[in-house]
This record gives sequence, structure tokens and C-alpha cells, in this order.
Amino acid sequence: MSNYTIKGETGDWEVVIGLEVHAQVTSNAKLFSGAATAFGAEPNTQVSLVDAAMPGMLPVPNRECIRQAVRTGMAIDAQINKWSRFDRKNYFYADLPQGYQISQLYHPLVGEGSLTIEADEKAGIPEPKRIGIERIHVEQDAGKLMHDQHPTMSYVDLNRSGVALMEIVSRPDMRSPAEAGAYVRKLRSILRYVGSCDGNMEEGSMRADVNVSVRKPGDEFGTRTETKNVNSVRFVMAVIEGEAKRQVELIERGGTVVQETRLYDPDRNETRSMRSKEDAHDYRYFPDPDLLPLELDDAFLDECRASLPELPDAKRARYLAEGISAYNAEVLTAEVEAARWFDALLEAGAKPVAAANWVTSELFGALNRLGRDISDSAGQPGAGRRTARACRRRHDFGHDRQAGVRKDARNRRRRRRDRRS
Amino acid sequence: MTDLTNLTVAQIRDGHRAGDFSAVEVAEAFSANVAGAKALNAFIVETPEHALAAAKQADADRAAGTLKPLSGVPIGMKDLFATNGVQTTAASHMLEGFVPRYESTVSQKLWDAGAGMLGKLNLDQFAMGSSNETSYFGNVISPWRRKDGGNAALAPGGSSGGSSSAIAARLCPAATGTDTGGSIRQPAAFTGISGIKPTYGRCSRWGIVAFASSLDQAGPMARDVRDCAIMLENMAGFDPKDATSLDLPVPDWEAALSSDLKGKTVGIPKEYRLEGIDPDIDAMWEAGIAMLKDAGAEVVEISLPHTKYALPAYYIIAPAEASSNLARYDGVRYGLRDLPDGAGLQDMYAATRADGFGPEVKRRIMIGTYVLSAGFYDAYYTQAQKVRTLISRDFTAAFESCDVILAPTAPSAAFGLGEKTADPLAMYLNDVFAVPASLAGLPAMSVPAALNREGLPLGLQIIGRAFDEQGVLNAGLAIEERAGFTARVEKWW
Repeated sequence: MSNYTIKGETGDWEVVIGLEVHAQVTSNAKLFSGAATAFGAEPNTQVSLVDAAMPGMLPVPNRECIRQAVRTGMAIDAQINKWSRFDRKNYFYADLPQGYQISQLYHPLVGEGSLTIEADEKAGIPEPKRIGIERIHVEQDAGKLMHDQHPTMSYVDLNRSGVALMEIVSRPDMRSPAEAGAYVRKLRSILRYVGSCDGNMEEGSMRADVNVSVRKPGDEFGTRTETKNVNSVRFVMAVIEGEAKRQVELIERGGTVVQETRLYDPDRNETRSMRSKEDAHDYRYFPDPDLLPLELDDAFLDECRASLPELPDAKRARYLAEGISAYNAEVLTAEVEAARWFDALLEAGAKPVAAANWVTSELFGALNRLGRDISDSAGQPGAGRRTARACRRRHDFGHDRQAGVRKDARNRRRRRRDRRS
Repeated sequence: MTDLTNLTVAQIRDGHRAGDFSAVEVAEAFSANVAGAKALNAFIVETPEHALAAAKQADADRAAGTLKPLSGVPIGMKDLFATNGVQTTAASHMLEGFVPRYESTVSQKLWDAGAGMLGKLNLDQFAMGSSNETSYFGNVISPWRRKDGGNAALAPGGSSGGSSSAIAARLCPAATGTDTGGSIRQPAAFTGISGIKPTYGRCSRWGIVAFASSLDQAGPMARDVRDCAIMLENMAGFDPKDATSLDLPVPDWEAALSSDLKGKTVGIPKEYRLEGIDPDIDAMWEAGIAMLKDAGAEVVEISLPHTKYALPAYYIIAPAEASSNLARYDGVRYGLRDLPDGAGLQDMYAATRADGFGPEVKRRIMIGTYVLSAGFYDAYYTQAQKVRTLISRDFTAAFESCDVILAPTAPSAAFGLGEKTADPLAMYLNDVFAVPASLAGLPAMSVPAALNREGLPLGLQIIGRAFDEQGVLNAGLAIEERAGFTARVEKWW
């Protein structure tokens, strides 16, 4: 159990946290149109007739986006719904060309699942904790308003309009900012292992709506507020801390928390009210009549499952079984690039414990000093093998040296063949 | 020389192929009729240059021996289909001046088949209406008149009223229509022509301005059953750009036309016998039954028990979808933008939509918004969807004992313009026989069967099993051959 509490005048308060994470699906094309999705393109250059909601245009589901969401569901051991359906969420805004967002309210693609955050004594997480995930559904992103282009008018960039998002909805299972931070990091790690989202929070590929309420331990859930579009782990934790304190102070002064949507201002590190429940939109959800229900067959699901890589928890267990320390196993598995690199090193014949020590201390230290990323420089397995040889020379790993050399020669031949074709 | 504008699509196609006349002569003859019929207001935009260009190509193709299925045939295009480079309005101020840079799948198929475009046909605004009185560009006038010596302007039906009026007046031999709750069949019945709404999904909806997505379906309107078959063959087909498109081959409906109905059973739904119905309608229906018996069919009474709930369900589902489909007309990206001085976004929405939509469109958006809103959704929308399922089941059960269903297309002949505009419910009742087949997504057609005592045409409706357009067309042909409907309008315009 988390021992995080807010010390109020009337005693200790417990914080209850649920997160809705919006993760942009890694795909070359949008959810319902063939338009491209690259980040940073000139405004309105990645917009199809469908994304601009021209008269008579129709959505057609992009199979790859569905596949990525299903694989993500499988990676969190979730129920995959073979029958799901898209609904329209209706509201007017200038960044929403159709006047509705195509989402999944009633029948989401992915049902109940979970992930486990690791113990972290320093952060007040004494033991691993399972966090429930209620559902994952896929939906369209909106465009972006630009208010700095004209003195009196706003411009709209529709490049993001129609991009596929997964909305990953947790149960209200977290009890501290540290747990929420660990949850987001773990989720991000899984998404990056699966390859369904690049997890790039700065570019907006991942953002969270943070639901926070407070209660006296043992009481019923309190009224929650939802802070929208928080785009870093640090900010998620800051929002929870600030919002929990604000709610406790409000209640202890005799006020009541109102169910509302809030916005986070990172410059002032505070949230402010956006709209209350009374002003909430009536989204008039109904099944999208342009789309048939999504029905997945066993062959599709089998392919999704077969294409999943080894996931962080399984990888960590394997490293631990190899005798690698818990700390090193955690560090090596947190980021998919590091894990892949390390696996390539093992495959090339490195001894697990010594290699883990070398990677986490010397290699990471060197990369840090150079300000570089493991994927920048020596990310290729082939390069990894060459490094493995270097390791063996320096540390006398004393393994089957010849095997590594033979494999290297085979790879060189393969590369030459690829260049010719 | 015969008047080329009296020819059917098949006659134009065959005569052109035989060298009896050139496609240019045909295009010019119809374009002249179009130009001379402004009083009917059937066209929003006339495009004689398009028809002429296609005709020249058709004449060249004949010389080269590369004729296409519709080479030499000029047609009218309902102004709900997006046409590349030609204004597409849905008969709304909202889209006045809107020129798409894309072509609807159905219109593209027709051009690929060699057809030419005489112009964009008027319709009820956003296809919402049964009399073509809701167009921003003015009422379409039916070329028909009552034989009472009066000059009362009659409704051509709706929403495909420009299409029906133009065909009846010989401004074009055939036209496209769309049918959401009778918008092909009822105007066909009002003007003494034929029209078929195929199975939902036969014709791609891509590039057709949406009204109610789960009901909208394109289809042809023409002077006879054969022409409908020819046109439909060149409009239908799977389209990967429409997720509800049917992935089925397009049959050769024309080649399989047969009015021999031996071994077929025709169902007569007892729930369609409305009390107090126009005796002329009843007499036509009885005559139709006799004609199908004469063609060799057995006739049985069937029951479609949920028929009386069809119209209320339709007027929940269609407006609900429309309220959402029409949200895109917001003044932001294209079409009308009304931006009062100092206005913010909400003001722009309000001003644009207040100015851009006509009263009937606004009525349906408001109904649709209401039935989808929190607290009413289950009572209206969910309930209507259940009714829709029951209506589909009614048809499935009925088709266990019959092959096609025969009923009137509309409960009356054409009414006068303005006669029903004050009472939306009376107007909606016009669709009472048409709506059930729409809710069930079934193929249904109207063929002219008789004149009433006022000398106005009446139509019989044939409803078939899903995908059985052939059965519908064949029963339609059997009626057409026996009804001897040769009446045509006297030119007064």
C-alpha cells in the first residue's frame, strides 16, 4: 500500500487517481483516411478530403490502426472484443471538421486488462502493484487552432485531424503521484515495446487526462476533477499533488469539490477550471451510420498475438533468471531500444551479468557524457556484435568467439545481397 | 425526322450504335429542351457543353468501334452528387457556389460508361422533402396538369423532383436520383416515370452529399424499366471508399429482363390497405394484382405487422443522422460563411447556419438533435432502432411466402404546390408506403400504372428481397407491358 497522504487540518487524506491516456497510434495513415501522419509537417499539408469533412466524404477504417490497438490490448492482458463499433461524439469546434469525433463509447475494441508497476521504495511504492485498465478504444484526433497568425482571427491546422488515437482508461487504482508517474512510464514502455505508439510526449503522441479525488481513508470516493491534456510524467505528478492539496483545503474550509474539467498551466504549476458539469456538452453519442461494426476473426487475432515481442515484464524475469541484478534488469528493460541492444549483445555471446554491468555503467555513462541516445549510435544488432567482440577482448568474456565471427560474416554477405536487389 | 427527345435510353443507345443519328444531334436536341424549360425550374445548373463533349466522344468512339454502354446518352445529375468543377449545392444556400474538386463514384461511373451531363437537377434542400418545395433555388414544377382546365402548379414529388420533372418533360431520357425514404419512388409515381432504389450498398455513397447515411441510396430514374436496368448497371458496384458498399458483382440486369412471372409469388401486404385511401389508388392496386396474375404469378396476402411504426421510426432515425451529418456546414472551411462584425466562433456558427439552412432542414436538425440528446436517446433513438429491426424481420418473414411485394408507391397522386407546406405531418405521410423498404434496405421500384380521375399518373411499387433487383425489375416490366401507360404531358411551358 502507498503511504502517500495529504496532511490536512482534520487529519490524513488519501488521494484517488485514474488516468485516461491518449496515445497516438504509430501508423503511416490516419484512422479513416489515407492521409499521412508525420509530425512537424507544414500546416494543412496532410489533409485528405475526408479529414477536411468535404461534402459526401466517408470514413473507411484503417486496418493497421485497429491491429495496433488490438496488439496493445494483448500486451496488457486485456479482453479483445471481436465485435466492436464506432460512435459519433457530436460537438462544434473549429478544429473538428466533421462536427463530430468518431470514437467508441458503447462497444470499445479492448476491454478489461491491467499492468503492474514495479516496487520503488524511494518513491513510496513498497511492492509491485497491479493497476487495472478498464478499456482501450480507438478514436480520431482533432486539428489544432493557431491563435498567433493573425491579429483578430484564428487559423486551423488539420494535419492532426483524423489521426488515430488509443484512449487507455485506467481504473481509479492509483494512490500517489509516484504511482501515477510509474503507471505512465510503464504504459509508455509497453506501447514502445509493442510499437503501437512512439510515446513521444513532447510531440503530443501521448497525453493524459488526470482524474483526481480525495477522501478520508476508508470513505467512499470523493467528487473528482479531470485535468485535460497533461503532456509529461512530471506534469502528471504535479497536477495530482496540486489538485489533491487544493481539494483538501477546499473541503476543510467548508467547501465542496465540483465535478469539472480543469486545465493545467505548467508555467504557474496550477490548474484552473475550464467548465463545470452543468456546462458539460451533451455529446449526443450514437453509432456512426457510415461504418459497419468491426468484426475481428481468429486469424487476425492470431497474427496480432504472434507479432508481439517479448514484453518488459517477461524480459525482466528472464534477466533476473540470468542472475542480473534487479536494478540492472529494471534499467535495461525500461526502454525498448536499450533492451533490444542488450539482447543483441547477449545473442552475440556476451555473458549476461558482466554485460549488464558494462552496459548500465560504462556504456550508458559514455552515452550520457556525449549527450547521445543508444538508438543514435550503436543501435544496430550488427554493431552490437562488433561491440560484443570488443567487450570480449577487454573483459575476456571467453565465449565461443568463432561463432560470433561466423555470424558476422553471414550478416555481411546478407547486407551485400540486399544492396544488390 | 423523329424527335430524338422522345427516345428512351435503350433506343438512343441502339440508334446511335446503328448510325441512325449522331450523339451530337441527341445532345443538342435535349439541351435545347432544357434551355426551353426554365418554367419548370428542373435544373440548378445547365451544362450543355458537358453533354456535347461526351457526345463528340461518343461519335468518335462509334467511328473507332470503341462504344461504351452509355455512349451517346445525355443524362441529368441530381445536384446531390459532387461533380468535379461543376457547382454542387444540395439545393441549399449553404453550398451555393461550392465547386468540388472531386467526382462522386456514381457520377464517375456514368461518365466512364460514356454518358454526358445535361446539368445539375434541382431537389429538395439536402434531399429533405416530398414535393421539391424546400429548394433554395425555387420549387420545381411538374409538367403534369390536372385535366380540370385549371393551371394549378403541381408538385413533381421529392426529393428527386428535378429528376422526375425533367424526365417527364423530355428534358433528359434518364437521371440519377437518391432515395432515403422514397425520394426516387414517390417523384417517379407523381410524374408517370419509373425509378428504382436498389439494395442499400449497391451504389456507392462516396461523393453524395449525405442526408441520412444508413438510408441514403442512389438509383436511376427513367421512362421505363429497361432504361432503369441499363442505368443501374452503370451506377452500381463495390467501392472501397464506402465502408457500407456491397462487395458483390453487378449482374447484367438488362439481359435478364423477363416479364414471365410463372412460378413467382407476389405478396400483398394487408397493413398497406389504409382506411379512407383514395379509391383511384385502390383500383390501381387491384388492377396491378390482376396484371401480375396475368403474367403468371401467384398472388398471396402477407402481413407486415410493424408497418404502422415505420414512419415514426423513420422520422427519428433520418433526422438523428442528418443532425450529425450536417454539422460540417459550419462556415469554417467551405460554403457559406456569415461572420458578423466582431463575431466570435459561436456567433459565426449561429449566423451561418441560420442563414444557410432552409426551414425544413432546420426542423429536421432540431428533431434529430432532440432525439439524440441525453435523457431522450433511449426513448426515441434506441426505440426507433428496435422498430427498424422488427420491420426488417417482417420483410424476412414475408419473403418466405412470396418473391416480391406489390403496393402503391404513394397514398395519392401529385398534389398542388403549397397544398401541404403548412402541415409537415401531412407531407411526411406521403412517404408511408415508401419508408418501410428504406428502413429494411431492400430494393424497391415504382412504375407508372394508371391515371387517376384528374388525369394524373399513379405508380405501383414493387419491393424485393435484398440483392434481388432482378426480381423487382421483372415484376415492374410485367406491369409496364400490361398497364399500357402511354399518357404523356402536353407541353405548356
